[in-house]
Amino acid sequence: MTRADTVAAAAATPDRQQPHAALGLTDAEYATITAQLGRRPTDAEVAIYSVMWSEHCSYKSSRLYLRQFADKAPPTTALLAGIGQNAGVVDVGQGYAVTFKIESHNHPSYVEPFQGAATGVGGIVRDILAMGARPIAVMDALRFGPADAPDTRRVLPGVVGGISFYGNCLGLPNIGGELAFDACYSGNPLVNALCLGVMRHEDLKLARASGPGNKVVLFGSPTGADGIGGASVLASASFGDGTSGGERAKRPSVQVGDPFMEKLLVECCLELYAAGVVVAIQDLGAAGIACATTELAAAGEVGMAVTLDAVPLRDRGLSPPEILMSESQERMMAVTTPADLDRFLKICARWDVPATVLGEVTDTGRLKVTWHGEVVVDIPPGSAADGPLYERPVHRPPGQDKLRADEVARRAPADPEAAGLRGDLLALLGSAAGADKTWVTEQYDSDVRGNTVLAAPHDAGVLRIDEESHLGVAIATDGNGRYCLLDPYAGAQLALAEAYRNVAATGARPLAVTNCLNFGSPEDPAVMWQFAESVRGLADGCQILGIPVTGGNVSFYNQTGADAIQPTPVVGVLGVLDDVRRRLPSGFSAPGETIMLLGRTAAEFGGSLWAQVTRGHLGGVPPAVDLAAEQRLAAVLAAAAAGGLLSAAHDVSEGGLGLALAESCLAGGGRAAQPGSGPGIGCLVTMPADTTDPKGRPGSPDPLAFLFSESAARAVVAVRPGSDVKFAALCAAHGVPASTLGVTGGEVLEVTGLFTVPITELSAVSQRALPELFGPS
Amino acid sequence: MTVRVGIVTFPGSLDDVDASRAVLRAGGTPVPLWHGDRDLRGVDAVILPGGFSYGDYLRCGAIARFAPVMTELIPAAAAGLPVLGICNGFQILCEAHLLPGALIRNAGLHFINKDVRIRIENNRTQWTTAYRPAEVVTVVLKSGVGAYVADQRTLADLAASDRIVARYADGSPNGSADDIAGIASAGGNVVGLMPHPEHAIDVLTGPGTGGLSFFTSVLASAARA
Repeated sequence: MTRADTVAAAAATPDRQQPHAALGLTDAEYATITAQLGRRPTDAEVAIYSVMWSEHCSYKSSRLYLRQFADKAPPTTALLAGIGQNAGVVDVGQGYAVTFKIESHNHPSYVEPFQGAATGVGGIVRDILAMGARPIAVMDALRFGPADAPDTRRVLPGVVGGISFYGNCLGLPNIGGELAFDACYSGNPLVNALCLGVMRHEDLKLARASGPGNKVVLFGSPTGADGIGGASVLASASFGDGTSGGERAKRPSVQVGDPFMEKLLVECCLELYAAGVVVAIQDLGAAGIACATTELAAAGEVGMAVTLDAVPLRDRGLSPPEILMSESQERMMAVTTPADLDRFLKICARWDVPATVLGEVTDTGRLKVTWHGEVVVDIPPGSAADGPLYERPVHRPPGQDKLRADEVARRAPADPEAAGLRGDLLALLGSAAGADKTWVTEQYDSDVRGNTVLAAPHDAGVLRIDEESHLGVAIATDGNGRYCLLDPYAGAQLALAEAYRNVAATGARPLAVTNCLNFGSPEDPAVMWQFAESVRGLADGCQILGIPVTGGNVSFYNQTGADAIQPTPVVGVLGVLDDVRRRLPSGFSAPGETIMLLGRTAAEFGGSLWAQVTRGHLGGVPPAVDLAAEQRLAAVLAAAAAGGLLSAAHDVSEGGLGLALAESCLAGGGRAAQPGSGPGIGCLVTMPADTTDPKGRPGSPDPLAFLFSESAARAVVAVRPGSDVKFAALCAAHGVPASTLGVTGGEVLEVTGLFTVPITELSAVSQRALPELFGPS
Repeated sequence: MTVRVGIVTFPGSLDDVDASRAVLRAGGTPVPLWHGDRDLRGVDAVILPGGFSYGDYLRCGAIARFAPVMTELIPAAAAGLPVLGICNGFQILCEAHLLPGALIRNAGLHFINKDVRIRIENNRTQWTTAYRPAEVVTVVLKSGVGAYVADQRTLADLAASDRIVARYADGSPNGSADDIAGIASAGGNVVGLMPHPEHAIDVLTGPGTGGLSFFTSVLASAARA
């Protein structure tokens, strides 16, 4: 057996160098640690600092900017717990609170797609569980390289399979998400997992140890050698640009998931909460025991004395640094009183969850860790929990102006554009980004627990919270790297606006925001500029919309060599529905209903799906942001849903009105394509006379803009028979432009004077894209 | 007094809450049964719910079949107690040899979650009396190991003895032999079903209410008994 490096040995051998660089600590950071401790750190202490001060855990490059989310937070009474906790907690009424958060598992999912994505689900679910809530649903925002790239065929099916494996076995409905493709994600897929949980207000738990003498209990899976250094080695560095096998070498840094143990852990924790035996609780995710002990103690401003000899190991050869850093999944740490300990352990035993007492809370203000009778860690927990703070150089990329000036070429005005429009629509609908996503969503259980009211392909997932009162919530995530590349400030606001609009389209009232900020290396000043602008845009946007950011996650180093991904802030918005029976699906459900377009359309193609799919072009400026218009639109949709005026509402965004109409024809009125029914409901629409011309001036119709412009703050709705006048008055009262497009029904999508497509053709084009790329479902 | 229907929770059971809701909606009283208790609490019928009991480790249902509660359930079922196994519950019933055959990975090797139409082939079991003959209803299929298989003789016997309870009406989505969605024991009291009727009891959260009659059927049978 190897001897441990002890605090006594560290004092006796002050000059012994530690391999801090290999663990991701800079020389300056190492010097700071030495100065704070007044001696060199032990190897176990180096391990703790290396993971806790990693970019992933410490937010050292981003904290400076993230403050804006708190500083600019709109006044709200809805927030019960906010930034800094495991997840934000929002009051949704009737004594219920909802907690939700989105987190990245990008790097592990590239190295080992199946387990990487699976454990991404597991990690975010434990975050929600640690707040005292029952996890009730998950969602995934996924971005991959080009759909036809060979490596995408390795990564995408693996990621989807991993999410399916873990989420289904855990028994959480997967109610939506995103699927996007771009060459920039080839070596850096984005796997952002969101979880949502519900509790009563009084059940809120905090990760704050207290009460000297209270017991520190580790429970869940035994600790193994998996995921050692995941936070520091994987998530906080770029991948190499060669094929040197670097990814293979990092594979042991990816954890392996056991969703069965996680399910037991969920039920066990909920029973522990109900029994009132939990003083504080924290999940073990990135940085494992190192993180849980330091954060619990630091948050409670107490000390903690634990022994690593008590940690149940899968691999008895693990050393103290490895035990501290292991990211073995399905583990939690709790603090309980000595009086409650017996009941605590009995509940764990009932659920077959191994639980061991590691030590206790102390009043020393130090985290003291022993192993084999010797002290291997003795540090102030706050010094590890509060990492360094960096102000990285920020520089607007020199090519930014050129990129913004590079507008997509349109056909010459003399061309009979009508001839190309039909083909363009089918191209968008048949593209991987615009196509039917059933190949993915069919692999997820969206129905377990029986409260799913809407799931993919609808604009937002909608869940019933209370079966008696019909209270429910809606949630959607959105992001658009192309917009953000052209303008990270506006792009972040457009992501926020789209998620807000998607929630509003179900009839819900948007309440709160979570975000997952995916960027390249913070050591690149151009990336830092993108980051700074995105955060500023998002914080300003939330302030204007009056919905607070409740928490989130930053993922840096999404780059291969010098090539960073497009800046990709993914924004999740949570809304509340007082009566889920009034929710609006995105699809047409009956013939003979009036179709209306809400909002104003200008010729805006910068960063559009149309430009990407039909032109292979990315340049110009993204659509204009008008958050006041978004608020008015949301107010109309909520009022119309509550009043029963509409039968469908669908946000108009990527792919413009053309794609939105096609999707509404195919989505159906509730659950996707019912067996035995046709492929959808057609519609007949006419371009309104007031559609703008290519320069944005009203009066001269521009069919291309009508169909494929991505102007924000728009939605297409189907009005219930007899409600046309009332709905028009509602729009007028809120100052929302509303134009009548036509009527639902028939077996074709027809745009008067431009083209006709049979619904069967729309359906076939939309449904075959993903199976052709990734195999039969 | 309402009919009491026991719902077993194994470690890893997931749709136990849904089965309870369906029993309640049908007018019965759901009674939670714990895998570790050798006690059926005097219930009138039992549902083995969907999920991943014991994480599907070893083989779906292979470990659950040996749970203490099963040592009570197996003889009770043989003696005529109505038992419905849904999805994982169907797998457990096969592992326990209360039903013949087995469930294997879907033909496409992917988990499938979709609404499917099933045709009730036998409406005389204790779980299907509320259906009309050959009634077609939409329920939810959600499983990765859902393809029913058995040897040719067993399949022929099942058909000849009218023990095929339900077939996929639009062809097998998962490779099930003879489009079989569910089968019954010789006595008709034990039924295994791969798709989930308990997820089709409410238009708000499912593809309609076509699944509810499985639950009203057993309540009626138990009330008569």
